[in-house]
Amino acid sequence: MASIAAVIASTHHPFYYRASTSTGADRPPFADEWVAKITSFRETLTRANPDVLVLVGSDHFHQVWLDNVPQFLVGKQPFYDANWHNEQREFGLPRMFFTGQEDLSTHILRAGLDAGFDLGFSNELRIDHSVTCPMITLRPECDLPIVPIYTNIFAPPLPQPKRFVQLGKMIREVVESWPSNLRVAIIGTGHLSLEFGPRQFGPHGPDPEFDRKAVEWIATGDIEKALGEVSLESLWLPGNATHGFLDFMLMMGTAGAGEKADYVDTLDLFHTMEAYFTWYPKGGSAQ
Amino acid sequence: MSKYLLDKFLYTVDRDPELVERYREDPRGFVEWWEAERANVILNVLTSEKSTWLKFDEVEREALATFDIVKLFELGAHPFLFLTLGIAMFERDYTEPLGYQLEFAQRLSHFTLPYPDIAT
Repeated sequence: MASIAAVIASTHHPFYYRASTSTGADRPPFADEWVAKITSFRETLTRANPDVLVLVGSDHFHQVWLDNVPQFLVGKQPFYDANWHNEQREFGLPRMFFTGQEDLSTHILRAGLDAGFDLGFSNELRIDHSVTCPMITLRPECDLPIVPIYTNIFAPPLPQPKRFVQLGKMIREVVESWPSNLRVAIIGTGHLSLEFGPRQFGPHGPDPEFDRKAVEWIATGDIEKALGEVSLESLWLPGNATHGFLDFMLMMGTAGAGEKADYVDTLDLFHTMEAYFTWYPKGGSAQ
Repeated sequence: MSKYLLDKFLYTVDRDPELVERYREDPRGFVEWWEAERANVILNVLTSEKSTWLKFDEVEREALATFDIVKLFELGAHPFLFLTLGIAMFERDYTEPLGYQLEFAQRLSHFTLPYPDIAT
C-alpha cells in the first residue's frame, strides 16, 4: 500500500511569488525573512522524499461558481493547467502546468464515496492559487504528479467544521489504502484570521489573538479544543474570510488527533499571518 | 433582491479583461448592457437556453452603476468579488502601495459585526 511521506498544512499567500522574485526598490522589506522561512519549510517536504502530492485547497470563484457548487471536489485528470487571468493581474502569479496522478484520483473518489463522503469530481479543472501557492513555496520544480481536492470555504452554506476534520481523516485513510508503493505527501492550505472588508490590509491579521490560539491548536493537534471553539458562526468574528481556517481543521484531521507537528513556523505579515506545519508519520521522519 | 445576480455581475466582469475596461469607462451604460444581454445567460449553457427571470432591483442597479462598495457590502454582495474587481479597475489610480485596498477598508469602517449576510 501507499505510505504517507508527510502531512503539511500552510497558509497560501498569493503575494509570496511576487515578493520573493522582486528585486531592488520593488522588493518589500519583509521579503528576505519570508524567503528564508519558506526555504526552511520547503526542506520539510524535500526530506520526506514524496512521489505524489495530494493538494487540498479551495477555489476562489474562479471555476466553481454559484450556479453549481460542490462542497468537496476531487480533480481526476492526467494534467492540470493552473492560475487564472485575475490572479496574474492582481498577484503576478504565472501560468502553471502539472501532471495529475489519475489512479490516485480514481481511488480517492471510489473509496471516499464508499466511506460516506459524496465527493464531486471534475475532469477539466483549472486550479487556482490555493493549490499553486504551496507548489511555489514547497515544490517549485512542479515535478511530482498531483491530486487536487477542493473544499467550499467560500460560498455559504458550508459543511460543518467537524466534517472538514472527518474529510481530512478519510483522505489519509484512503491514501494509505491505495494499492501502490508510492510515497504520498498530503498538503493542505487555508487561512488564519482574514478579512475582505473594514479590517483588511492592516499591519497584522485582523485578529492576532485568534491566530495565536489557532496556531496552538494546529501545532498540538488539539482537534477537540478547535472544534469546541470554532463554529461556522464564530468564524465570522476574527475576520469575514476566516472560514479558510476550515482547511487547517481538515489537515488536523489528516495529521491525527493529538499529533504534535514536527515543524511549526509563523510569520507575522500585513493583512494576515503566515503559518507553516509539517507532520511526519510515526516511526521515521523521512527517507 | 438578488445577491446572486449582484455576485454574478461581479464574477463575470472580474474574470474578463475587456469587460473590466468597459465597466471602468462607462459604468452606468455597461450595467444596462450587462443586465439586458448577460444577466440571464447561464454560464456554460447555450444562450438559447438562458433564464427568463433574473433582474436587478433599483438599489442594486444603482449600486453597480456607481460601483458603490459601501452599498454592495450592505446588500451582502460577496466582498472578495467586489474587492478584486475594484482593485482591477482602480488600483492603477493610486500611487501608494495598497492605496486602493486601504481606502476600501476605510470606506467600510463604519460597519460593525455582524456584517451583512453574504449567503445567496
